[in-house]
Amino acid sequence: MIGITAYGAYIPRARLSKKAIAEANAWFDAGLNLLAKGERSICNWDEDSITMAVEAATDCLTALDKRSLSALYMASTTFPFLDRQNSVVVSEALNLDRSLRSMDIGASQRAATSALISLLEANSQGTAMLVASEHRRTKAGSRSEMLWGDAAAAITTGSENIIAEFLGAETLAEDFVDHYRGEDSSFNYDWEERWIRDEGFMKTLPKVVANVLENASVGAADIKHFILPTDQARTPAALAKKLGINAEAIIDNQIATVGVVGAAQAILLLAKALQNAAPGDLMLVTGFGQGCDAILLRATELVSSIKPKLGVNGAISRRREDTNYNRFMSFNNLVEKDIGKRGEADKQTFLSGYNRRKDLLTAFLGGKCRECGTVQIPRDKYCVNPECNALESQDDYPFSDKNGKVATWTADRLTFDWNPPAYFGMVEFEGGGKLMMDFTDVAEGTIESGSKIAVHFRIKQFDTQRGFRKYFWKASIEE
Amino acid sequence: MASGIKDKVVILGMGCSKFGERWESSPADLMVEAFEECIEDAGIERNQIEAAWFGAGIDAFNVGASAMPLAIALRLNYIPVTKVENMCATGTEAFRGAVYAVASGACDIALALGVEKLKDTGYGGLPQRSRGVENDMYWPNLSAPGAFAQLASGYRVKHKVNKDDLKRAMAHVSVKSHANGVKNPKAHLQREITEEQAINAPYIAEPIGLFDCCGVSDGSACAIVTTPEIARSLGKENLVSVKALQLAVSNGTESSHESWDGSYLKTTRIAAQRAYDEAGIKNPKQEITMTEVHDCFSITELVTMEDLQLAEEGKAVTDVLDGTFDADGSNPCQIDGGLKCFGHPIGASGLRMIYENYLQFQGRAGARQLPDPKLGLNHNLGGFPHQNICSISVIGPYN
Repeated sequence: MIGITAYGAYIPRARLSKKAIAEANAWFDAGLNLLAKGERSICNWDEDSITMAVEAATDCLTALDKRSLSALYMASTTFPFLDRQNSVVVSEALNLDRSLRSMDIGASQRAATSALISLLEANSQGTAMLVASEHRRTKAGSRSEMLWGDAAAAITTGSENIIAEFLGAETLAEDFVDHYRGEDSSFNYDWEERWIRDEGFMKTLPKVVANVLENASVGAADIKHFILPTDQARTPAALAKKLGINAEAIIDNQIATVGVVGAAQAILLLAKALQNAAPGDLMLVTGFGQGCDAILLRATELVSSIKPKLGVNGAISRRREDTNYNRFMSFNNLVEKDIGKRGEADKQTFLSGYNRRKDLLTAFLGGKCRECGTVQIPRDKYCVNPECNALESQDDYPFSDKNGKVATWTADRLTFDWNPPAYFGMVEFEGGGKLMMDFTDVAEGTIESGSKIAVHFRIKQFDTQRGFRKYFWKASIEE
Repeated sequence: MASGIKDKVVILGMGCSKFGERWESSPADLMVEAFEECIEDAGIERNQIEAAWFGAGIDAFNVGASAMPLAIALRLNYIPVTKVENMCATGTEAFRGAVYAVASGACDIALALGVEKLKDTGYGGLPQRSRGVENDMYWPNLSAPGAFAQLASGYRVKHKVNKDDLKRAMAHVSVKSHANGVKNPKAHLQREITEEQAINAPYIAEPIGLFDCCGVSDGSACAIVTTPEIARSLGKENLVSVKALQLAVSNGTESSHESWDGSYLKTTRIAAQRAYDEAGIKNPKQEITMTEVHDCFSITELVTMEDLQLAEEGKAVTDVLDGTFDADGSNPCQIDGGLKCFGHPIGASGLRMIYENYLQFQGRAGARQLPDPKLGLNHNLGGFPHQNICSISVIGPYN
């Protein structure tokens, strides 16, 4: 038996009020007022599809031993790098085994469902992770800006401890160009919504769903969880009706709380359904884009017991309201912002030097001295304990899973930061080790010496001159 | 056991440029300004200088690399010149080179000059610059106030001081230095401020506000040193000698080992004790009668008073508010206005502090002259509290 074995989710903490978007843009398009309900998730300036993927995978790995993973696939249409395998950055940040199979899958809204079918049909005995992550740029005042969000979700497949059994899948490949984004564009270009609904969703999906149900001898009315990723609010209900699926089975696309998260939407909603599923529930996952995918699953007894720390429910409730539309525009390069002369400093990454310190920079490994037991980061040649100073005496010691507390801190308004003030300070880790670190996602007034922290893989700096971005770990205050 | 530097070398002459936003002056102009005063004071010819040490902290916005800018600016006579750079300890490092050269007997007369042109960056504060290939990849992009502001959070927690009391003491530090700076025609900032102004100024890096920060200026300072015997043979009286010269450099313990709590400067404590031993000082509070410390930020000065043993640990807030370090207090600090009013042209500051000692001991400090100065201590901190260089010099009348 093959199936789903674990899942996890990540949604950026900041949720932009849609009213704020409408207030800024309704002068141009009054129709936006009709969509201004609720909020959408937005990446902080230091988040992208890679960092969110690391977060979702980390959540997933709270329910699964990472040593069991033999493959990591990443699905997205917003990979930070076009030629540098993004899934490998994620795997190194997760400190996964180097013998891992890795792959990036993109270029379609059904990238993740297609990747999932591929993993489920591979019949591999090992455990594979698929992480889907999306941070799509949208034009100011667009409908997409109002309807979409940023998030990531992870799912693992395997043959042991299955929480949802794979019953079958179908695909229809068809170059239906409802929207596209060419190699030179930052934004999607899309066609009329009603045409996409009538000639796209309503025509192609029923064929594929009928096939997958028939092959598994399952009736549409027995489906308990129906996933149809779309930003069209009424299409899932229309399709469910046409297919004979009960309206209660529709998994809400979360337009009013998170926004539709592109290629990650199917996996995020599957993670959400799994979190709420009962043993025996039948689950139908579809993906639409240049044709469609349909995957049929059945929850097992283990679905009630194997759960991640956060999941979608936890990620949604870990929120902070944001009403600053101007800042959102700035984070997403929708305005040409004066960043001041300090922001002009050259941010080149010297790749050979970077490569030497990847253990620190990506995997966040420090050292533990075999002679005296002192835990330290960064790991240098000599042990830092003044009573020891032994040479090359340290074993790898991971910090990415350690919590800690703030020792000293400040909010710096002089230095350059994309979201001033820049919060940083000395962090002391539980179990030993300390490091001067950046803090991220800090709400004013929530940081003090003694505050509890966790660490997160984030963008450290953009090198806009050379199109590079470097990543490192930052601390966040655990509220 | 080494005998140390005490009384082996005396100051033959000193000079100091006007500090400030010297838009009209190049680094070479500033060097010449300090040097002209210095060589006239020393009463020697340029060709009598046998070796020189040149301090400049930030090449990129200043003079460029190597010792040549000094040799060219002063038209030195093809003598050996060494460029030194050790962050904010740079000025003292240049002085140390010249003093050690004379003490070793390698030369009779040596020059130390520090200069910094900070105001060619186009923005306020110290220049944004690289911390090296590796550090830039993971260090926070911390500014100097951002680094030192953390002393306040560490100090508050350790000594259970409330935010308002600490902020008021920090304000007093700045108010006192501004009051002193008014009496110094070479200071950049020559106006008084009030505690309320300091407390209510906008944050630069919490809890450091605008008036908790020292100025940012251009400037140069310079010393010519020799042996006591040569100074006397040149007809000099009221000699001022070097009593101690110490340097302590962080080895990474503070930044990576739990033994440091972020509330004090480990390097200052180490360098101070070594300096006291070298100078034969048993009771610093009684024997040191003036201090010029690295008041890059008010909190730094406050914590430094404890690190130098001039205040009991945890008592600096009270001592500061009681006026202990004011011009008329028992241990006047920054009698010339300090970095607060002079600004901090990196390469020049250490020598500028020694210049004030030299004037005070010779009774030439004008309106700010202390009644009976006996020993002066000068202190610089380069880098950040968790990784830094501390230099200390002790200067006094030659006995």
